[in-house]
Amino acid sequence: MVLSQADIDRALTRIAHEILESNKGSQDLVLLGIPRRGYPLAVRLAAKIAAADPTVDPAAIVGQLDVTMFRDDLSHQGTRPVYPTQLPRTGIDNKVVVLIDDVLYSGRTIRAALDALIDLGRPRIVRLAVLIDRGHRELPIRADHVGKNLPTSSAEKVRVRLEETDSAGDGETGGTPVNEVVIEATA
Amino acid sequence: MRHLLSTEDLSLANAIRILDTAEEMAAVGEREVKKLPALRGRTVVNLFFEDSTRTRISFEAAAKRLSADVINFAAKGSSVSKGESLKDTAQTLSAMGADAVVIRHWASGAPHRLADTDWIDAAVINAGDGTHEHPTQALLDAFTMRRHWARLAGTPSAGADLKGMRVAIAGDVLHSRVARSNVWLLRTLGADVTLVAPPTLLPIGVEKWPCKVSYDLDQTLAGGVDAMMMLRVQGERMNASFFPTTREYSRRWGFDDNRLRALDSLGFKDTIIMHPGPMNRGLEISSAAADSPRSTVLAQVRNGVSIRMAALYLLLSGDTREPAHHTASTHSAATNPAHATKESH
Repeated sequence: MVLSQADIDRALTRIAHEILESNKGSQDLVLLGIPRRGYPLAVRLAAKIAAADPTVDPAAIVGQLDVTMFRDDLSHQGTRPVYPTQLPRTGIDNKVVVLIDDVLYSGRTIRAALDALIDLGRPRIVRLAVLIDRGHRELPIRADHVGKNLPTSSAEKVRVRLEETDSAGDGETGGTPVNEVVIEATA
Repeated sequence: MRHLLSTEDLSLANAIRILDTAEEMAAVGEREVKKLPALRGRTVVNLFFEDSTRTRISFEAAAKRLSADVINFAAKGSSVSKGESLKDTAQTLSAMGADAVVIRHWASGAPHRLADTDWIDAAVINAGDGTHEHPTQALLDAFTMRRHWARLAGTPSAGADLKGMRVAIAGDVLHSRVARSNVWLLRTLGADVTLVAPPTLLPIGVEKWPCKVSYDLDQTLAGGVDAMMMLRVQGERMNASFFPTTREYSRRWGFDDNRLRALDSLGFKDTIIMHPGPMNRGLEISSAAADSPRSTVLAQVRNGVSIRMAALYLLLSGDTREPAHHTASTHSAATNPAHATKESH
């Protein structure tokens, strides 16, 4: 196991404070999670930001940004399900948008997210926060806030399991909810 | 899913998948940029051997919202009027590199023929074939019903089916591909369907369909209906006298002002009135009914674009590489699963 529940929690607490620090407060902040696991992370970060700054209403700054239709590999993979895109009521125009995902790898998801974002409005600043940065970038993209840098081989698989989306065991349903990050070696 | 030819063989999982995807597509229409890049560089051909306005425009709008290139082909004014066969037309389109063919044809089974032969290597979507099926119409009807049903129950519509919903489909069932597609799809989604028509306008073998049959519209309405779908009387397909006069038809099987009032007096305040269009106002549906707040006619048209976007997306977004290449890539994915999962990060 790379990160335990407590490790994930500490990393998110630090990222929440980093976001507030680099933004010099909670002014104009919008957190957009990328489905599936970026969204629960965004919700958790918003709660932590609200804990640090009581003027923030966590529900009002979180949204979900689906990037499926903007991917560059749509005709190379099986058909992907489309998830809802939900923006906070305030929209994203002139906001400081922090994109949130679980694992940063090739950078292609973030490229798609940037395209998706621009079709929805014009944020003042876009930042990127990820729980895990595992390297092997294929595009000139970097994260502003990283939970843990994890040097990996591309033959390995980084699995993030969150209680909102996953449970223990192989199946996505059944078993007990977990919060962990593991590296699975693949034969 | 490779083709969308009929709702009879559409599984519950695939039906729900199309409806749920359409739910997300509907949100695109409310955005600042009403366009998604998902099908950029793909070509969709609208191959229409029969007149149609809304279905063709709806498919065209759907394909354009997904950034696909659209080629419209109408049989009138084309080589078809010079005697070109379906096979030659299909092979011509194939040579031009069509990725999807949306076909409407006067002959039942034409889309299946296109899908089952090697004339063209493209996804085939049935946009109405003869008196057989019109699957996207049934899907958009089900989508409209599901939103209504979920709103009544106060639950989100995504993932839901139509269990317990009472749907009556009245009118020219004999000539209606919409009725056929709806009966199969609504059965799959768990709704309770009743067909209402004069015996002359019911097909032979209707008693084996998964639905009830009634000859009396008022009796059916009194028994309780959540969605009342009126079918168009298809004058262009009628070469015999199926009912004595249009006035008698409208009085006995049309949704007129009296039946609209009856819905209120019977206390069915949540019953919706549906019509696939184009409407014969005054024949199968009165103007008051078509324009009443119960009417979902315009919502159906709106939802049609979302459903067709969903169908095009689901049929065209899969792995399109050459089969040989495809096996090679699945092989490398098996030996190197990290490669297979990399896109999700």
